[in-house]
Amino acid sequence: MPTAQVLDSHTYPHFDFRTPPELSGTEAARHEVVIVGGGPVGLAAALDLARRGRRCVVLNGADTVSVGSRAICWAKRSIEICDRLGFGDRIVEKGITWKDGRVFVGDENIYNFDLLPEQGHRFPAFVNLQQYYFEEFAVARVQNEPLIDLRWQSRVTGVAQDGDAVTLTVETPDGVYTLTADYVLAADGVRSAVRRALDLEFSGKVFEDRFLIADVKMKADFPTERWFWFDPPFNPGQSALLHRQADDVWRIDLQLGWDADPDEERKPENVIPRIRRMLGPDADFDLEWVSVYTFQCRRLEKFRHGRILFIGDSAHQVSPFGARGGNGGLQDADNLIWKLDLVMRGSAPESLLDSYDDERIFAGDENIANSTRSTDFITPKSPASKMLRDSVLALAKQYPFARRLVNSGRLSLPAVLSNSPLNTPDSAAFLGPMRPGAPCLDAPVTVADGSAGWLLRQLGDGFTLLGFGAAASALTEDGFAEAMRAGPVPVAILAVSDDPVALGDPDGLASERYDARDGALYLIRPDQHVAARWRTVDPAAILTALRRACGLADT
Amino acid sequence: MAGLITDPNMTDPDGFYEDLVSAHRGLSDAESAALNSRLVLLLANHVGDSSVLAAALEAAVNTGSATGR
Repeated sequence: MPTAQVLDSHTYPHFDFRTPPELSGTEAARHEVVIVGGGPVGLAAALDLARRGRRCVVLNGADTVSVGSRAICWAKRSIEICDRLGFGDRIVEKGITWKDGRVFVGDENIYNFDLLPEQGHRFPAFVNLQQYYFEEFAVARVQNEPLIDLRWQSRVTGVAQDGDAVTLTVETPDGVYTLTADYVLAADGVRSAVRRALDLEFSGKVFEDRFLIADVKMKADFPTERWFWFDPPFNPGQSALLHRQADDVWRIDLQLGWDADPDEERKPENVIPRIRRMLGPDADFDLEWVSVYTFQCRRLEKFRHGRILFIGDSAHQVSPFGARGGNGGLQDADNLIWKLDLVMRGSAPESLLDSYDDERIFAGDENIANSTRSTDFITPKSPASKMLRDSVLALAKQYPFARRLVNSGRLSLPAVLSNSPLNTPDSAAFLGPMRPGAPCLDAPVTVADGSAGWLLRQLGDGFTLLGFGAAASALTEDGFAEAMRAGPVPVAILAVSDDPVALGDPDGLASERYDARDGALYLIRPDQHVAARWRTVDPAAILTALRRACGLADT
Repeated sequence: MAGLITDPNMTDPDGFYEDLVSAHRGLSDAESAALNSRLVLLLANHVGDSSVLAAALEAAVNTGSATGR
């Protein structure tokens, strides 16, 4: 369990408790959605609901944003999600953009990696930004959003549900109240009060090792890369990680071993000499935040429990190597909210929510598998495992093949939901990564007035048909839009072609990434994952795929 | 065991075996184990195909020791 010590260079905003209707004696409404937890995942869920015109209450037990840097690496897919929610650019502007990593064995740099070697994407592979900034930017959006009722200093202490509603008990500075909702999203983190109130098993693997996180403030001219050491001279026999964040704050992560005493190790008088050994005797730095922690990789058996849905760390926990916690959680919210909206609208059956379980348990297991493999490589559990790990490191100095086996963290990529029941299997041959279930790749486009734009920016909050070439012209023919009105939900139409009213593909990258040389049509879900694709335009096939993507396959 | 060659396939089996034993001469148990694991990794990369590697791993696990207990 992490214990933090803050040495206060960030000024945390304070948010007042405001008496809610439930305590002021006015008649309290039944709420459509209540989100428990106001971290990155809960706030993203709230903003997504608001974009769909839905009200929600967000309960945050604290009176400020995340204390301490905590999650710092925001993956490209997360920034794309935040961009749709209205604060992607702020993350990039404030954060530190990076895509390169270096791996050292001892003091020798054995290899480097590049997480986004190609051009033509609006957002970079990763941006490092302290979690408190992420939350401040999200809260700023929430405060401009009248549909979201964000309640600070409001802690959930009890949960009950029947087939019809969920009732939460909320403790506040002014007393306790109950509140009733159609749906509750539990975004309340690894120690989820909702999960504990329901007494749900949260099982998995504990790693018997301790790590020290020290965020330090310093002026340094290290490049903006992720540096990882196995067995460095300043931390012999263990690992180390150095990563830059905003405001000249640097994340240092030092493996301590299982025998380390967490209470001793987090004392500044013990932390500072460790950091000095790493940075050199002349380094000028201040401690910003310190935490000693152990890892666990575990998840709930199901993420949906009736009208309660678990998103983020409340549902699944991973080790930090790979940045798969926060990034995975944002994809949970992205996956769930459009489904919840369609169910509440009556456009989709309640069973569509089970596809959240199918898809995000699959993704959660992928994150857990990657995180477990990295952790097993970084902290080998047996003499044989350590022998193999050290052999890989020894070979990696000379042989390129072994560098691919070195695992200092496989950094978060969005899950490809290949086996989702919402997908329609291909009926034509395609090349490239954009298969059903894949998250859409970005590409530069020109918009109608001729100015430069980005493909993902053109996708709205609903379903989209994206046509290329001959398929694009068929989408604009008379009667096509009319035919689409027979579907369960509206579908936006986007065409990429030479037609002046369509999106232009100036570098050919969109056509290349979507294998659209011979014309192509993609049905894209509200969360920007591919639901189906074709070479030709057949309205009946499109409507069938659309119904399937809305969970209406059997009706 | 799709793809794993278990019939004789080496160009010089006796020579290879001799070289393998020689490479371990004078090594401690730990050094021998490390040598073997480097060798496994080099050969595994040469084989490449994950189904062949899985079949080889399974065959090794299931063979047990000739001098068994």
